[in-house]
Parts: sequence; C-alpha cells; structure tokens
Amino acid sequence: MATLRTILRRLALLGVMLGGLVLITFTVSNVAPSDPAALAAGPDATRAMIETVRHEYGLDQSLPMQLARYVADLLRLRLGRSIQTGNQVADDLARFFPATMELVLLSMLFSVLAGVPMGLWAAVRRNSWFDHAMRALAVSGVALPAFWAALLLQLVFAVWLGWLPTSGQLSVATAPPDPITGMILLDALLRGQWAVFAEAARYAVLPAFVLALPSLAAIVRVNRAEMIEVLAADYVTAARAHGVAPRRVIGWLALRNAMLPTLAMIGLRFGWTLGSTVLVETVFDWPGIGLYAVNSAIASDFKPVMGVTLAVGVTFMLTNLLIDLAYGWLDPRTRSA
Amino acid sequence: MSGPLLEITGFRLAFDGYEGRAQVLNGIDLRVEQGETVGIVGETGCGKSVLARSILRLNPTPPARVLTGGIRFAGQDVLAMDGPALMALRGAGIGMVFQDPQTYLNPVFTIGSQLADVLRAHGLRGRAAIRARSLELLEAVRLPEPAALLRRYPHELSGGMRQRVLIAQALAGSPRLLLADEPTTALDVTIQGQVLALVADLVARFGLTLVLISHDLGVIGAICRRVVVMYAGSIVEDAPAEELFAHPRHPYTRGLLAAVPDLERPTQMPAGIPGSIPSLRDPPGGCRFHPRCDLTMDICRREAPRLSGTGHRTACHALAPNQDGYAQVRP
Ligand SMILES: Nc1ncnc2c1ncn2[C@@H]1O[C@H](COP(=O)(O)OP(=O)(O)O)[C@@H](O)[C@H]1O
Ligand SMILES: [Mg+2]
Repeated sequence: MATLRTILRRLALLGVMLGGLVLITFTVSNVAPSDPAALAAGPDATRAMIETVRHEYGLDQSLPMQLARYVADLLRLRLGRSIQTGNQVADDLARFFPATMELVLLSMLFSVLAGVPMGLWAAVRRNSWFDHAMRALAVSGVALPAFWAALLLQLVFAVWLGWLPTSGQLSVATAPPDPITGMILLDALLRGQWAVFAEAARYAVLPAFVLALPSLAAIVRVNRAEMIEVLAADYVTAARAHGVAPRRVIGWLALRNAMLPTLAMIGLRFGWTLGSTVLVETVFDWPGIGLYAVNSAIASDFKPVMGVTLAVGVTFMLTNLLIDLAYGWLDPRTRSA
Repeated sequence: MSGPLLEITGFRLAFDGYEGRAQVLNGIDLRVEQGETVGIVGETGCGKSVLARSILRLNPTPPARVLTGGIRFAGQDVLAMDGPALMALRGAGIGMVFQDPQTYLNPVFTIGSQLADVLRAHGLRGRAAIRARSLELLEAVRLPEPAALLRRYPHELSGGMRQRVLIAQALAGSPRLLLADEPTTALDVTIQGQVLALVADLVARFGLTLVLISHDLGVIGAICRRVVVMYAGSIVEDAPAEELFAHPRHPYTRGLLAAVPDLERPTQMPAGIPGSIPSLRDPPGGCRFHPRCDLTMDICRREAPRLSGTGHRTACHALAPNQDGYAQVRP
C-alpha cells in the first residue's frame, strides 16, 4: 500500500537525519573551547581531582571513542550524566520535556485556531479594515523580537495591570496535580482539579502568546494568500453556480484546499516554536528543556545540551512525519502518486 | 406561466481595471421561451462566458459592474435577488455546465461528496436519499459503475467522465434551464460528439430549455433550433437555425459561416473575415464590427445599429429596412 510505503520511506529518512543530528551535536560540543571537567570539579580543585572527574565522565578518551560510546548509550536511551544536576540527562529530559511540550502545543493550538479563521476572513473581506489589520499583524508578528514582546507584555499585564503572573508555571503554594502526562494544564483537566487548572492557565497565557505570535502571523499570512487564490478557482465558482451556500463554499470547500499549504507552514512553525522555547522559557522562567539547556550551556555542561538538541530534533522530525501523513489525507492527489 | 423563461433587456456590463474600463457586454437583448434550444456563438473574447455568468450573477463585483439593463428569470428580477433567492436560482432554476472539467471539479473531494453538497444545497437530506439520487444522476449522464464512481476523486477520471459529472451536478437541482458554456471545447474530439449527444438527450428527456454557448457554429447547429450570434459584446444576429444557416444576413455571420467548412484547421478565428476582434477597452465607435466589414457606410462609424426585426433579428445599418420595408443591401 502506498501509505505504508510512504511511512517506511519517511522513517528511513528520519534515521539518516537523526544520525546527522547526533554527529553534529557531538562535534559542536567537543570543539567548544572550555573544559567541562574543570568546571564540574569546582574552582578550588587540584589537577588530580580534575583528572579524576575527567576519567569518570569518559572525557579522557579519544573523540571517536567518545562518539562510539555516546551512540551506544543513545541506543539505550542513556544520554549521559548532567554535571549540573548530577542526574541522568534522560531523566532530566523526561522531567522538563512535558512543560515545554505544554507551552509549544498551547501556542500552536492558539496560532492555528486563531490564525486560520483570521486569514480566511481577511481573504473574504479583502481590502477591508480587518484585512489591513491582519497585514499589519503579519509584518509586526514576524519583525517583533520575542524577548522584546515578552518584556513588554510582562510589563503591561503583570506589572502595571497585575492581571497575570510574571513568570513560572504555578505559584509555590500550589501543588501540581499528580502527573499523568506531566503537562500541568492537561493533568489538572484530567484529574478535575479546576482551581489548579485556572491558575496554571493564568501562568501559561503570556509565554504561550509570545511563543505563538510569529506563528500566528505566518499562518494568517499563508492562509489569507491561499484563500484568495482558492476563492478565485473554477471549482469554487462551480460550487456557487450550483447553489451551494457561501458559508459552506468558503468555510469548507475552499478552506480544505487552502489548508494544504497552510498545513506545511504549520509543520515548519512547530519546529521553529520548539526552538524558540529556549528564549521564552528563560524570560518567563518556565521549567522546560529550553531553560534546562540554557542553564547547562552557561555551565559548559554539554551532555544536557546535546540531549535537548536531540529531543527537539526528534520531536521536529516526528511532527513533520505526522504533517506529511495529514497531507496525504487532505490531498488525494498525493496518495496515488 | 406566461412570458419568456429568460429575458435579458438592454444589459450592459463593464469590468473596471487599472487600465480603465472594459465595456464587455454592450446592450444585450435576448428572450428565451420555455422549451427553446438556443445557441450563442461568437469568437473567443466576445463576452459569451461573461454573459452566462451574468445570468447567475457569478461575475466578481468588483471588477464587474452592471451599467444598465435587467435580467429576469421566470418573471423574477435576477439582479434584485437576495441570498436565498439567488441560491435557489442557481441550480434549481438554472443548471450551469462549464467549459473545462479539469478545473471545475474540486480536487480534494470525492465525486460523491461533491454531488452530495449540491444535493444538500437543494434541500435533500439523509444519507440514503442522497446516495440514491446521486446514483440516479450519474446513471442519467450514462456514467458506468456509478456506485464505485462516488468514491473516486476527479483526478482519477477522464475528461469526458468529469464533464459528465459536471452535467450531473448541473442537473442535481432539477433546473428548468440548462446553461452550457462551451461544454465540449476542452474535450477530445472523439468525446465531443458523445457529450453533445448526451446534452441533447437530457434536454429532450427532462423537457429542459437549453442555452448552449460555443465559438463553434458546428456544435450549435447540431442541437440548437435557434442561433444567436455575438460580436464584441453585442448580439448582431438572432434567427432560427435553419434560416440562419441558409440565409445569413449580418456580414459577420456570413464570415463565420464561410469559416465553418474548414474543419481541419481548429482555428477560433473565422477565416472569412479579415482583421481581428477589437479591444473592448477601446472599441471602435459606432458599429463595433465596421472596421472589418465590407459594407461599411458613414453611419456605421457614427452610430451603433439596433437589433431589429421579428423572428430573424439583425443589428446592421446596411440591412436596416428602408421605407419600403426592404433591406438596402441584399446579401
Ligand atoms: N473577471 C474579469 N475581469 C476583467 N475582465 C474580464 C473578466 N472576465 C472576463 N473579462 C473580459 O471579458 C471579455 C470577454 O470574456 P469572455 O466572456 O470570457 O469571452 P468568451 O466569449 O470567450 O467566453 C474578455 O475581454 C475578458 O478579458
Ligand atoms: Mg468563454
């Protein structure tokens, strides 16, 4: 079957890309001009103590040897040990990853649910004030630096108006729900802890919005352009000529066609959003893998950085696989091809 | 019902663009009675499709703008219709068939889903009822294995099959008038005759009124009892088919007919007429045909001729009857 072959081919490709990713992260972290063993051993450590640490972490072996060990460990999901936290990187990732996914999913959900209808309406009401507003958003959403948007929003909504908390994921006084997925909002929802859910939602609004802004702008822009093109297509004229209601013509028959390029854009934005969490999590003190990566990088602790990069890379690749499959479902022409 | 099924009077429509206004329809007068089969013929670009779309109000506004005139269908003012009335006119009053079956079917939906959408638009409800009616329609346009076809996508069908699906869609609302805009032009020559025969057959079977548009007099002569000839946005001649083929009057029609025997050359320009069609943005004054006409008189440059006569109408100063009731020039 064509679909199964497509999946297998994509999975093979995914393996190759993964290999490349491992190689790159490993190389990059080894050419960085600092000595992690010296850092881990502390400022007062003697040369002998540093050498002990170096040996303990396998840093005294040759690079190819280190790489071989690294890959062998990866296959067993052992990503090495974090010098900073003293934990296995895999364990740290499992702890921090859900928070990042929560933020990413939230912001993607928002940018798709808002961006698609906004782009659609701008196309339908072309050259109206709404359309002009959407074009302004499309430009500013991309041009505005995320850290600047974050600081501005924190200042207005947290400091001046006091409506929302400045940073963090929950107040210290609130106990997070027992983990199911590890995502606080979802877990609170699943366990029916409404008060925790409401509080977590207030904490998530600003970081999710800042993270969503560029994607929102991109999705609005693409969906608007696609809708304009599709609305002028012959098959749309035909549906109108046959008496199909405008609402159905625009909101379903045309949108379904316009969604194909929009979907590709959504896939791209997902990867970009995942990468941007590094900055947003730092500004909002959000305990995800972005913050973990930054803290580790500052301490020249490279195993976690490599782990985070791998996790982000794998997630991005899997998402694109899903998008590809959705594409096949949405566009029958690619199915038999 | 008394009165014509479709009545277009003094209809003028323009497209406004950056380079100015294109006066595309320049005063169309046309009555179509219930049960008639009318062919509209004219060179590519003379405004046939714009006229067809005007009848269903499908021209995008802007840039399209109705300047004067009216369109009535079954006694109702089409230009004044609100949303629901317009949706009923489209499909249930008039079924439209388009030129290119490649682009007029939605590529991402199955045939069944697209037919169902049209049927639901005309009030049919329930999966079983919609399926039964869909099969009935696909059988009516003589498509084999209709049940399997419902699950197919447009790209899996041949051009001829797609055009049959489009015809089925046009029939889905049980219209009184079938408006077919070049339904065979985009098809293989071998398929053209079959689709044309199908249209003629459906018209007879369901007692439809037919308005068939084509740049090809041969196509129109095959199934229409009456022929309307358009030139650069105006009707220049309107006559029963036999009469028009035997005794064409307008110099343009005679040029068109002279081009017909030349079937080997699939040209869209009548070979019998020198020159080319005028720009609609800057058309010649007076009669728009006068630069290409061999009967041009002074008045032709100054004044646009009116479509006159009964039974056999022409718009030509050279043919206008004088006081004695005879045309000044006998072709
Ligand atoms: N949407 C539009 N905007 C501007 N001009 C148009 C539009 N649609 C048609 N026209 C113009 O109207 C004229 C007649 O076109 P059309 O009716 O398609 O000719 P045809 O007789 O070949 O069907 C052409 O000059 C075309 O450029
Ligand atoms: Mg045309």
